[in-house]
Amino acid sequence: MAIIERPGSDTAPAVVTPSQTMGAVKRPVETKGWKEWLFTVDHKKIGIMYGVVAMFFFVVGGIEALLIRLQLAAPNGTILSADQYNQMFTMHGTTMVFLFAMPMAGAFANYFLPLQIGARDVAFPRLNALSLWLLVAGGIVLNLSWFLGGAADGGWFMYAPNSGPVFSPSNGVDYWILGLQIAGVASLIGSINLIVTVLNMRAPGMSLMKMPVFTWMILVVQFLLVFSLPVITVALVLLMFQRSYGATFFDVSQGADPLLWQHLFWIFGHPEVYVLILPAFGIISEVLPTFARKPLFGYPFVVFSGASIGLVGFGVWAHHMFAAGLGPVSVAVFSIATMAIAIPTGVKIFNWLLTMWGGKIWYTTAMKFAIGLVILFTVGGLSGVTHSVAPSDTQQTDTYYIVAHFHYVLFGGMVFGLFSGFYYWWPKVFGKLLNEKLGSWNFWLMVIGMNLTFGPMHILGLQGQPRRMYIWTEARAGEGFFNLGFWNLVASIGSFILAAGVLFFLINVVYTARKGKQAPLDPWDARTLEWLTTSPPKPHNFDRIPVVHHLDEYFHRKYEEDTATHTMKKVAEGEDLIRAEEEAADSDIHLPSASYWPIVLAFGVGVLCMGVIYGVPIMVLGAAIVLFASYGWVLEPSVAEPIDFEPPSADGSTKEIAPLG
Amino acid sequence: MADTALHAADHASDHGHHSSTGLSNNKLAMWLFLGSECLLFGGLISTYMLYRGRVSDGPHPSQIYDIPFTSVSSFVLLMSSLTMVLAVTAAQRKDDRRTNLWLTVTAVLGATFVGGQVYEFTTFIREGLGFTTSLFGSSFYTLTGFHGVHVSVGVIFLLSTVGIIKKNKITGNKSEVVELVGLYWHFVDIVWIIIFTLVYLIPA
Repeated sequence: MAIIERPGSDTAPAVVTPSQTMGAVKRPVETKGWKEWLFTVDHKKIGIMYGVVAMFFFVVGGIEALLIRLQLAAPNGTILSADQYNQMFTMHGTTMVFLFAMPMAGAFANYFLPLQIGARDVAFPRLNALSLWLLVAGGIVLNLSWFLGGAADGGWFMYAPNSGPVFSPSNGVDYWILGLQIAGVASLIGSINLIVTVLNMRAPGMSLMKMPVFTWMILVVQFLLVFSLPVITVALVLLMFQRSYGATFFDVSQGADPLLWQHLFWIFGHPEVYVLILPAFGIISEVLPTFARKPLFGYPFVVFSGASIGLVGFGVWAHHMFAAGLGPVSVAVFSIATMAIAIPTGVKIFNWLLTMWGGKIWYTTAMKFAIGLVILFTVGGLSGVTHSVAPSDTQQTDTYYIVAHFHYVLFGGMVFGLFSGFYYWWPKVFGKLLNEKLGSWNFWLMVIGMNLTFGPMHILGLQGQPRRMYIWTEARAGEGFFNLGFWNLVASIGSFILAAGVLFFLINVVYTARKGKQAPLDPWDARTLEWLTTSPPKPHNFDRIPVVHHLDEYFHRKYEEDTATHTMKKVAEGEDLIRAEEEAADSDIHLPSASYWPIVLAFGVGVLCMGVIYGVPIMVLGAAIVLFASYGWVLEPSVAEPIDFEPPSADGSTKEIAPLG
Repeated sequence: MADTALHAADHASDHGHHSSTGLSNNKLAMWLFLGSECLLFGGLISTYMLYRGRVSDGPHPSQIYDIPFTSVSSFVLLMSSLTMVLAVTAAQRKDDRRTNLWLTVTAVLGATFVGGQVYEFTTFIREGLGFTTSLFGSSFYTLTGFHGVHVSVGVIFLLSTVGIIKKNKITGNKSEVVELVGLYWHFVDIVWIIIFTLVYLIPA
């Protein structure tokens, strides 16, 4: 793609001769092939790369999970040593939360949020690229530990002092700290970027209460991230100072408070739970109305319940710490707050049910996953309510019952929502429909696999099997229907069925890429603005910026109410609408130009952080790269200068794109 | 009512940039970043407040703080907010010479504060309070050190802005760039007021 697109002109895309930047480095021009991806600032390409990275780590985390289940399938497992087992469950949790779930939600947000609000890109396109490459740097740093002396082994919440230098002497925890720190900065930048995009760049007429629910939920999530990430940053800094520079924050012999880490971690960690689930809620709030062919029931309730989940989510963190001995007042307060959060969640469930009620439901794979979410998340939500009862939670803490609970909400909830999104939006992104038959296999194997894997864990947990125990023995397994041996075996078999389900998705992706049939412009009779463009969308998204009059704008452009019968009648097809847009296309649409600096800066940050482990010279080198890239960034205009155009552009300003970024 | 709003929005989009909030993207992003920074310092301050009395070894806070000295350096930092305001108004008047002058003065005041902090740290270390001596030591140096790094980064911002204005290489709205640096600078000052009160003035 040339760096500037000018639709509406008769000639080929305008040629651009870039100004020199820093007197040494020219900005990338006429990027093609791999360069087109590495230096891009296009939110759609960045979104796709987010998706690829997240999917890669989903497979990595999945393999780690399968090794865990293999180890526990039979008594006295020998697949992994105790040490390897600790590393495996730590990295499974960390990878799935930080390198799969968040980036995958980021992929959807990056790709669809600007499209849903009728914008041409995000507010800060280069920062968007920086977020992606920082995430990649963080993922690499985290996983380098496997090859450089062993991975982190303290569990995904890495309780100090257990994660201090005395109990975790390998460098694994150091890589973990640094990897998460980098990924955290990536998320922080991304969240600021998306909030500004939503608040400032909505198409004319799109008030907040006309925004699609997916965009709303992403907005709530970004606020959660902006205010929770700095807290874990503090926790990670304290732990890093202790491990690498001899500080005493978690040194109990000096009088340190072991609860400090727990509080800091969970003040971040609980909002994080909603960071994971709300995007999935947003996705199915798009999918359910589309395939039930009804508007979302109670749109304002879905929006405000999502926002209140986010708000209350900041006040319930200590329910992760009921077993720590907080005292009766704290426990009571956090217990009640936790019960309260079930209310907005329940509101959402009922809204979804009533959206489907009386609808002409179209059982596509996307719809099946969405319905799967509603059911499985409810199961996980109910076991969650049992945790809010502190005495009961004290019994359940650190047993498999907890593992069962959060896998129902995260796998049954979040992952099902993301898969629903894959099937729903695949034709938008790639112009091809995923195969429905393979999709059906994908769905049913995942449903069966997930229930077989995580269902028995309720039993295992209530029978007292502790979480994070690397073997179980025949002698302690008990007898009868509730014996641990049988249910552990069931869970392990289930995990492979689950993996087979995911494999069907990957097969489906390859099959679709090779033989998939071309998708119609509007395959699902969809409702929101992202469908008011070609599939895949043009680089500038919209030929002209749409003016919004309704919630579900796209639907209302296709349908009009028949006043006699009070039914909605289709008056236009997607193709007609696109043609109208193309005829009225804006001329001189300036898109932000590609840039080297995001990826260079991210690389520098990675090097800088490795200096914490490998010494000051590496740190200085990293800092030099960061400084160089920062100045390059600042001195580079985000859009090529008007004078650089061939012929020079009369219209010097950009449209819809921030001048800086 | 809705129609007029729509019309206004249409009108705004005709002129290139429009933003639904009326704030520019850059300014909104800076406010969000500063909101996030509040929680960062919130975490560090909480850690300090938890640990400030826990001295298993080395000096106690009351034994080493030199309130008059720190008051002076705090005053220097607060005055830098005044010069920052002067820089912003000069930038809004498009007076490059004055803008650069006040930005430089602000940077010098900030650097003086950082210098005072370096002096204070070395004095404390001589008196036996190392980074690893006690919980108090670790949390004191982490909190004030983080603030010092923020001031230092601010000084780099200020000087870079001066350099870029001089070379006329600013991309975007010049007075807004100065204003953004100013927002950051005032934030760092406000945080210091809180730290100075909690760390130095209230006895542990």
